[in-house]
Amino acid sequence: MPLLLFLEQTLNGLQFGVTLFLMAAGLTLVLGIMNMVNLAHGAFYMLGAYFAATLVPITGSFLVSIVLALAGAAAVGLLTEVVALRTLYSRDHLDQVLATFGLILFFRELVKILWGPIAIFMDVPALFSGRVEIVPGAPYPVYRLVVLAVGVGVGGFLWWLIARTRLGMLIRAGASNREMVGALGIDIKLLYTLVFALGCGLAALAGMMAGPLYVVDIGMGDDILIKTFVVIVIGGIGSVRGAFVAAIIVGMVDTFGRILPSQFGLSATLAEISIYVLMAAVLLWKPRGLFPAAG
Amino acid sequence: MKKTVLLAAGAAFWGATLLVTPVQAQQGVKIGLIATLSGPQAGIGREIVDGFNLGVRHAGGRLGNVPTEVLVGDDQFRPDTGKSVAERMVQRDRVDIVTGVVFSNILLALSDTVLKDRRGVFLINSNAAPSDLAGKGCDRNFFSVSWQNDNVHEAMGQHMTNAGVKRAYLMAPNYPAGKDALTGVKRYFKGEVVGEVYTQLGQTDYAAELAALRAARPEAVYFFYPGGMGIAFVRQYAQAGLVQQIPLFGPSFSLDQTILPGIGDAALGVYASTYWSEKLQNPGNEKFVRDFEAEHKRIPSPYAAQSYDTAMLIDAALKQSGGIGNKDKFRDAVRAANFTSIRGPFKFNKNHMPIQNYYLTQIAKDPQGRLVMDLKGVIFASHADVYAAECKMKW
Repeated sequence: MPLLLFLEQTLNGLQFGVTLFLMAAGLTLVLGIMNMVNLAHGAFYMLGAYFAATLVPITGSFLVSIVLALAGAAAVGLLTEVVALRTLYSRDHLDQVLATFGLILFFRELVKILWGPIAIFMDVPALFSGRVEIVPGAPYPVYRLVVLAVGVGVGGFLWWLIARTRLGMLIRAGASNREMVGALGIDIKLLYTLVFALGCGLAALAGMMAGPLYVVDIGMGDDILIKTFVVIVIGGIGSVRGAFVAAIIVGMVDTFGRILPSQFGLSATLAEISIYVLMAAVLLWKPRGLFPAAG
Repeated sequence: MKKTVLLAAGAAFWGATLLVTPVQAQQGVKIGLIATLSGPQAGIGREIVDGFNLGVRHAGGRLGNVPTEVLVGDDQFRPDTGKSVAERMVQRDRVDIVTGVVFSNILLALSDTVLKDRRGVFLINSNAAPSDLAGKGCDRNFFSVSWQNDNVHEAMGQHMTNAGVKRAYLMAPNYPAGKDALTGVKRYFKGEVVGEVYTQLGQTDYAAELAALRAARPEAVYFFYPGGMGIAFVRQYAQAGLVQQIPLFGPSFSLDQTILPGIGDAALGVYASTYWSEKLQNPGNEKFVRDFEAEHKRIPSPYAAQSYDTAMLIDAALKQSGGIGNKDKFRDAVRAANFTSIRGPFKFNKNHMPIQNYYLTQIAKDPQGRLVMDLKGVIFASHADVYAAECKMKW
């Protein structure tokens, strides 16, 4: 592979990895801290995109739409947690999987009723619709660089939130020993609700950043959810740092896994299994993932 | 399951007739429409249902002037569900005709249930038509009113040859229909294929593939990505600045009205091969487009058109055979296809696949600023599929 093409694909891998991280950060928090398997995470990814895509033509501003859509998705997340998920914390994972799978179907049909069965349109904001030649001869869409920046920014924000704030301290404490946190008089119910809403907000942000690049339709959350689970398993459940590192690795392996086999005349099916082989290898080496959360 | 009963006045009339003259009771027709109506793939199913219902409405609610009942079933995009819906419709509801199946894998899962039933149930399908049912596996009671799966791809292969393309790059998802599609293109494309790339089914990020595509320097790109994959692919193709450099070609399945609104202006200038366009000028088509838009507030897609044609074909056949009581007479009437297709000339090949025209269109804006497939010309006149030679059926 020529060097320039290699550089361009590296950039693609980074950018895809960061998109996965946006999605994985929320999921790993909910799974690690609340011990809750939330298959409906992809539904919030979808809701975020639908909210933003609907708001952009109304407000006329991408930024305003994103802020409103974030608030909307977090509010739906809050409501879902209070109405449906609270009773599930003490149940085992299989019950949670079943219930949150039900939520996927519920949100899908709800979106279908409200927006119709076909995909809706979401444009790249005019400011970022151009291209730059970072790698000579290969104009790269500016919006993809924006997504990259947002992902890194969210990573920084989460690091600050978890390492430097009182809420973050409670989150870390909740992840290592929830009974003790409760015994110390912290309102663990409220903490869970906040964490869940934060997770939903992150998923929604991932969805609205992905909307203009990919597609805003009822199935958009399905494919990415599977890769997201791979990311958090590799990274270590509950670890935001692990999710970041693993997302970049998975983004790279997936990108090059899609390109390299055809260069050597191998089957395209190899690309589909590359990240699962990676996951199996990591789990053999480190059964709890690369950066297991303390506790 | 959604149950649409279009019996209305017909039922009352039928009941009354039964009371008065039980001997000459008119036999009605019961049609089971099985389509994918939930989940991400529901857009096509909606077109199939709306198109068929409009056909029944244009026939005065009575196909072939007999009481008509249409049962609608949802296969949920799952072959096993499709099969059980078919079993219920064929064995319990005792439908005479099954239609509407969108996806080939679902059709193949339920075709035996319908075709092997001892009552002689017809499968007059309005979308999927895999090679399995066109060649050696052709069946006297299976008809495809849409096309054979390969045809639309073959048409674009022929157009790319006509246009003098020397180096083409082909892309499709890694599943049977994707491989069939590119096989169809290669059957008629006579230039060099400089890349044949199969991507993961459901994948929506194509940055890596587009970088490799650019490096291969093709003169044209053919892609087959149905649904959301198509939206993502065309948009990223445009975002990468490739639309102006390398012309993009695809089948209508990747560029029709279930997809264009999601792509937006990025689709402008892309070429699509099709078997129907809203711009085709014939009185039936103008009436279809006008009434469909009035009822549903959207432009019909080719799926709706072929489903409408299916209703019109059944209508004409029932009229000719005087009802569905005599299966052989009805089969002969369907084979004769004495109806005016809104797609232009239409007849059945001996394997019950259509022989019809295929057209070239280019994505453009209509006067209201909506994206449409603008008709550019005919690629194939009265085109037949290659599998007919393997079908032993004689009629």
